[in-house]
Amino acid sequence: MDTPNPIVNKQVKTVVKSPSIWKQTFRRLKKNKLAMISLFFLLFMFLLSFIGPYFSPYILDRTNVANMNQPPSAAHWLGTDNYGRDVLTRLMMAGQISLTIGIAAMVLSVMIGSLLGAISGFYRGVVDMVIMRVADILMSIPGLPLLLILAAILSEWKVPAEYRLYIIMIMLSFVGWPGLARLVRGQILSLKEQPFMQATEVLGLSDRRKILHHLIPNTVPLLLVVATLNVAGSILSESALSFLGLGVVPPTPSWGNMMDAANNFMDFRKRPWLWIPPGTAIFLTVVSINLLGDGLRDALDPKMRR
Amino acid sequence: MKQYVLQRFLQMIVILFGTSFIIFFLFAMLPGDYIDSNISLTPQRAQELKALYGLDQPVLQRYFTWLGNALHGDFGYSLKHQEKVLSLLNKYVWNSFFVAIFALVLTWSIALVSGVISAIKQYSWFDGFVTFFVFAAMSFPSFFISLLFIKWFGVDLQILPIGGMIDTGSDSTGLAHLLEVGKHMILPVTILTLLSIGSLTRYFRTGMLEVIRQDYIRTARAKGLKERVVIFKHALKNAILPAITLLAFELPGLFSGAIIMEQIFNWPGVGRIQLESVSFRDYPVLMAFTMFLSCLTIIGNFLADVTYAAVDPRIRLK
Repeated sequence: MDTPNPIVNKQVKTVVKSPSIWKQTFRRLKKNKLAMISLFFLLFMFLLSFIGPYFSPYILDRTNVANMNQPPSAAHWLGTDNYGRDVLTRLMMAGQISLTIGIAAMVLSVMIGSLLGAISGFYRGVVDMVIMRVADILMSIPGLPLLLILAAILSEWKVPAEYRLYIIMIMLSFVGWPGLARLVRGQILSLKEQPFMQATEVLGLSDRRKILHHLIPNTVPLLLVVATLNVAGSILSESALSFLGLGVVPPTPSWGNMMDAANNFMDFRKRPWLWIPPGTAIFLTVVSINLLGDGLRDALDPKMRR
Repeated sequence: MKQYVLQRFLQMIVILFGTSFIIFFLFAMLPGDYIDSNISLTPQRAQELKALYGLDQPVLQRYFTWLGNALHGDFGYSLKHQEKVLSLLNKYVWNSFFVAIFALVLTWSIALVSGVISAIKQYSWFDGFVTFFVFAAMSFPSFFISLLFIKWFGVDLQILPIGGMIDTGSDSTGLAHLLEVGKHMILPVTILTLLSIGSLTRYFRTGMLEVIRQDYIRTARAKGLKERVVIFKHALKNAILPAITLLAFELPGLFSGAIIMEQIFNWPGVGRIQLESVSFRDYPVLMAFTMFLSCLTIIGNFLADVTYAAVDPRIRLK
């Protein structure tokens, strides 16, 4: 850090009295009922997934043949599966996996995407061309087929089941970064023309500092919205892959691979408690994330309000 | 305009080559090929076969051989179906296409009508309903909604078939055949429509809302024009013009097949072939099809950009 100039700082403090952009945003967000309900639902989902299992009387992978395929009851709120495992407990554990993958994939894509996008927009020229063409190419291969191919390649490499979820995160971010990079690049291009960037030029700041401390922070509001929506997309992709048996594989539960039960016609017809709860969990979580992201967009930029 | 199209065209060619390169290398990265995995071959015979198929050459050379063949329409043989890749894909792609084209027409007409109405009547109960529905439609996992529909309409109510394209053992012809296929198509088309309608409705609504706030709309109203004329003649035209370019983006979707929907509905489309080729490691098929889809995507993007430039002259001045 450069040593802050005390006089300048004081002046700034006396001039700026209005609340920070984040406080304003949150105040506007609070007025959006749907977004707030979504936020609370997501909090509930997190608590359920990460703390819920500790309150469950059942142990995750404990099978109980005497007690298999029980419909929902007072003891097993969502019934038991083909191995006699409690569905609710598995649903909560699966929530941990699915939510973690969604968020981790988003963080990775945002990191790669914003860095490459910023470099691309800042340096222009050859670097820009190479990065953007790579992004174009990756974006021209349809998403699900690309994920399927990557999944096939990874199965050839015989990745152990417990590491699969890390691989899925990397795969999802591999597919997710190009869109983000393009978005950040666009923002950087317009930010670069603004007076405060001339100021950084005059101050003789290094490129690294310009990019990391001045350009990228200014893209955060927009990134926040896109990142939120990205989590929803990642959760959907992960669940689709896992449903097809190419994502997270049992015994590790995920919402997607729990739905695999529906591939068995008997389970599908006779035991809806095996596949309706995980599907509903995915649906409600994704709806909430989408509504929250939309609310954030409106709150951050009231001009864009529709 | 000519210069813009040319420039964009050259860019497209570069991306096409880059994409083919990436796809080829993704597959070349796979450990083992179908000769390595055949344990009945002696090392000497395996070597001969590799030389025959050109697998002993460096990757770059193999890429150019493959590319040369591909440009002549030769994508090799499917290992599982023992059939030329192209004729195999040709057999299944139309089953996917018909579902997709029906879904496309439905999606666009419903999205246009509901998007425009909800924009005109912003904050009405209809608008609220549409907004809610849009979010729900955007958030449904495709496999979950497919399964729910099969359960409701196929298993519980028993009014629609649960899968396949024709009844088992059916050999109907002519009109009866068409009706039978049509009946099997209802659920797949409905689901594809549901899954893609959200974002498009939103797009039309936003576009319409933006246009309604323009000064020239106020002017039109101030002139004393009827509200109907203002909306349909002045606003609607400007609101949907940019959407025409979106049609170009739909191009790959028409042929790509819906992997998950086809899998669940047992629909004999190209999406299922794709999934099958993943699980059987039928790489020639997978590679050719991925390449085909990427080409369509790239061509679609090109068309979108060009039509957009034609519609909005500001774009090509940049």
